Amino acid sequence: MSRQESGGPLLDVRDLVVHHGQLRALSGISLTVFPGEVYALIGANGAGKSTLLRTIAGLHHPTSGSISYDGKDVTGLRPEKRATAGIVMVPEGRRLFPSLTLEENLKVGGSFARKGPWTIGRVYDLFPWMKERRGQKTAQMSGGEQQSVAIGRALVANPRVLLLDELSLGLAPVIVQRIYAMLPQVLESGITVLLVEQDVSQALRVATHLQCLLEGHTTLEGTPAEVTREQVEAAYFGAGPAAQAEVSSPTPPDPDGQRSNALWPGLTPSSRAC
Amino acid sequence: MAWVNAIIQGLLTGGLYALFACGLSLLFGVMKVVNLAHGDLAVVAGYIGVGIIAVTHVPVLWSIPIVVVLMAVLGYVLQRSLLEAAISRGELTTLIVTFGLSIIIENGLQQFFTANSRGIGVGDSFVTASFSIGSQITIAYLPLGIFILAVIVLLGLQMFMTRSKYGRLIRAVADDREAAQMSGADYRHVFGIAAAIAFGTVAIAGIADGMTTTLSPTIGTDTILLFAFASVVIGGLGSLWGTLLGGIVLGVAQAIGGQINSNWEPLAGYAVFLLVLVVRPQGLTSRGAQS
Repeated sequence: MSRQESGGPLLDVRDLVVHHGQLRALSGISLTVFPGEVYALIGANGAGKSTLLRTIAGLHHPTSGSISYDGKDVTGLRPEKRATAGIVMVPEGRRLFPSLTLEENLKVGGSFARKGPWTIGRVYDLFPWMKERRGQKTAQMSGGEQQSVAIGRALVANPRVLLLDELSLGLAPVIVQRIYAMLPQVLESGITVLLVEQDVSQALRVATHLQCLLEGHTTLEGTPAEVTREQVEAAYFGAGPAAQAEVSSPTPPDPDGQRSNALWPGLTPSSRAC
Repeated sequence: MAWVNAIIQGLLTGGLYALFACGLSLLFGVMKVVNLAHGDLAVVAGYIGVGIIAVTHVPVLWSIPIVVVLMAVLGYVLQRSLLEAAISRGELTTLIVTFGLSIIIENGLQQFFTANSRGIGVGDSFVTASFSIGSQITIAYLPLGIFILAVIVLLGLQMFMTRSKYGRLIRAVADDREAAQMSGADYRHVFGIAAAIAFGTVAIAGIADGMTTTLSPTIGTDTILLFAFASVVIGGLGSLWGTLLGGIVLGVAQAIGGQINSNWEPLAGYAVFLLVLVVRPQGLTSRGAQS
């Protein structure tokens, strides 16, 4: 089935250029997300994935280009208006409210919720451990638990598009698996997912469509079935000397030191094919 | 027994100081704005109260809710215009803007109301009425009433912050503005509501001060702002009940100082303030130094 058969696009990003001060973070990125898809953005550190997601959420202003959502231009819309319209992000690093309890975090998430199937009770069904610990402050919780709360906080807003920024960051692989296990139920409820993931094998496992970014440019786009492992490697690391420099630049240390360095089973940055 | 009496009077004065302090503490806790015009705004509220009572002849207690509503609206408008613009330009700008506001208000009051002081008459019988415990301890109704009012205000604030949707949003925005936006909250509106509440408490503080002593254009910075700062610092920044504890400590210290020598009343208060800053800079109620 071709993607277009499922109706008009839910999210349509055209030629997006974003600067961080002098630095050009995105150089003309386009992407189209159709309802029901799991669209994965992959790429190395500094490729611009998170910038792209944050710009779609309204936290960065593009220099040029446009973002339309459900057929309407939202490029100039404030972030909170996008959230209430149905574009809700789970931000990188969880960003829970530390002085609030678990349940209060969820209540804030539902403060301006759209109508829909997700309630705090349904989030407790999705993550049953939460119910007993709803009165606790989230600062005492593990990284995986905090990530689940952040997902729950986004779900109770009843988004149409859920933006997931680096769910796996700082988490052990087994915890990452457990968190991604919620995805089928999220999709079943009619939510479309656009996710950013450094862990390529994880992204390919869940994605229906993917795009690889490198230094603010698109280097690969397609479905997981269409692309080969070699194509992904080339797109991820780039082929030119500029791309080499990008890869050899030191990546910030992993906060928990638990995350696997493997991009793909058997593939690490040092074993890349040149 | 004179000492016990002094301590009790100081304790009751602490209620008034807590009223001075809680709005200052709230604005700082939520928006990181140190409002240097805080005391002057309390004086403005007091003068509005004087005006309303003079024109409409409503009872003093009835004037409180009217002034609270007026000041809350002023708080929201001021936040959404001047303070919002200042916050987006950095913390130092908010200091300069509120300092400027303080000067404008003080001089404006002198222009329109002259430097003469005026009080809010609650009836001589209530100001002077008191009851005695034993032979030495006399408790006047007015400071007791203001102390009880302060406790009610703090209880109300606590209920609002923990139970209501907007109280929760105020705490969420204070924690992480951007994450609150991701949940659909317009932090500018939430800040406006926080300012409205803070200004509402300022209104109560101004009228209470007008009932206790007299209002004049300069007391905003001379006493109200200074005592509010001292109470907030002694109690612990950003802590609601800390402002009551800080106010009580300040009030008791002043009363004990005044009991020793009447010249020592302000001195003793600032000595305790200084002592807390040296020994426990995070305040009495805060658990530890915060980043």
